[in-house]
Amino acid sequence: MYDGWKVILGIIIFIGIVTFPILYDLGKAAPPPPEPKIDTPEIQRMVEKKCIEPKSLMKTEHMVMLNDWRDKVVREALQVYVATDGNEYVMSLQNTCMRCHSNKKKFCDVCHNYAAVAPYCWDCHIEPKEEGQT
Amino acid sequence: MSINRRQFLKIAGASTLLGLGSITSIELLEKVEASQLFKKNPKAIKAKRWGMVVDTRKFQTEEDYKRVIEACHRIHNVPDMGNPKEEIKWIWTDTYEHAFPGQESPYLSGDIEHKPLIVLCNHCNNPPCVRVCPTKATFKRKEDGIVMMDMHRCIGCRFCMAGCPFGARSFNWRDPRPFINEEKSLPYDTTFAGGSIKKGVLTFPTRMRGVVEKCTFCYERLAAGLMPACVEASQGALIFGDLNDPHSEIREMLSANFTIRRKPELGTEPSVFYIIGG
Repeated sequence: MYDGWKVILGIIIFIGIVTFPILYDLGKAAPPPPEPKIDTPEIQRMVEKKCIEPKSLMKTEHMVMLNDWRDKVVREALQVYVATDGNEYVMSLQNTCMRCHSNKKKFCDVCHNYAAVAPYCWDCHIEPKEEGQT
Repeated sequence: MSINRRQFLKIAGASTLLGLGSITSIELLEKVEASQLFKKNPKAIKAKRWGMVVDTRKFQTEEDYKRVIEACHRIHNVPDMGNPKEEIKWIWTDTYEHAFPGQESPYLSGDIEHKPLIVLCNHCNNPPCVRVCPTKATFKRKEDGIVMMDMHRCIGCRFCMAGCPFGARSFNWRDPRPFINEEKSLPYDTTFAGGSIKKGVLTFPTRMRGVVEKCTFCYERLAAGLMPACVEASQGALIFGDLNDPHSEIREMLSANFTIRRKPELGTEPSVFYIIGG
């Protein structure tokens, strides 16, 4: 093999660069997942602090639910969601969800940033004004 | 490696037990489903085909037009771009000549020739914008004939703008947010959340850069049991109702008055009717 050492050196450098991110993080624990804050005035006022569906479901399925809601409201002209416990809610991200969860930065953003997802909700829907924050 | 009969039976029995056990574990893995029950708002007002009559005789002062246009634009967060090339409008005014091409004449009464007319999306029964939309972002609602926009789906191709013969659609050339006067914004439903909506809280979404928007006959207000914003602000100059119901106010208006529609020759069947008068 001509210039064998050059080829081998090249391969070693290539492998080094490619595996660098993995090797760099090796042995370091992933940062703990953030805990969304629910200490908004609206929630503090509630006698029983619970969301429209169980917390576990909301945690994993809220995006599916919001997608469902938008199709129901915009395309099928249905406005009211009947939760599994029989309570009824007007389907609106901006006016129902965010009325309680008025702390978008500490409720939505912490997890979305952690999971590196960028939902485009806020391009149109207006987030609540947060006090003391810009 | 060979196994005898006893070993074989042991393995077979154990794997059967494992298999049976896994059925319960599958049940455990099944996720909790959200409720799939949805309802109409009981307050909603319904119709088979919504329509509007514009009684131009009742638009006399500049204030009459302004009141109607502002009511709509403030509720729906319609931005004021300041530049006519980027203008966004849901309801606006045009001249008789432009609104009814082919029906003008050199001897038209000056009153009518120079009088602005209120124009808006006609919510056609046969909407060309819906036919050309490649993503079904604009669609005609089956239950009440409103030509709707689903902003989530709009890709900003502007076919609908080319398709609409009434120029009822506006494109967001840039982010409209900085051009919305929040101070002037109104909640679309003042009774919302027990009337607790504070001033400066916007209840209607804005749009984003690169989508097309237009009048939606206030579907959100109809769902809350309210008349469209422009109708409410017009003090009787705009009549709104069910074209399919022969006893509705709008049908009585249509049978008592001679009305015309914009560009009927195109066959789009507009749902907005005009009573022309000075």
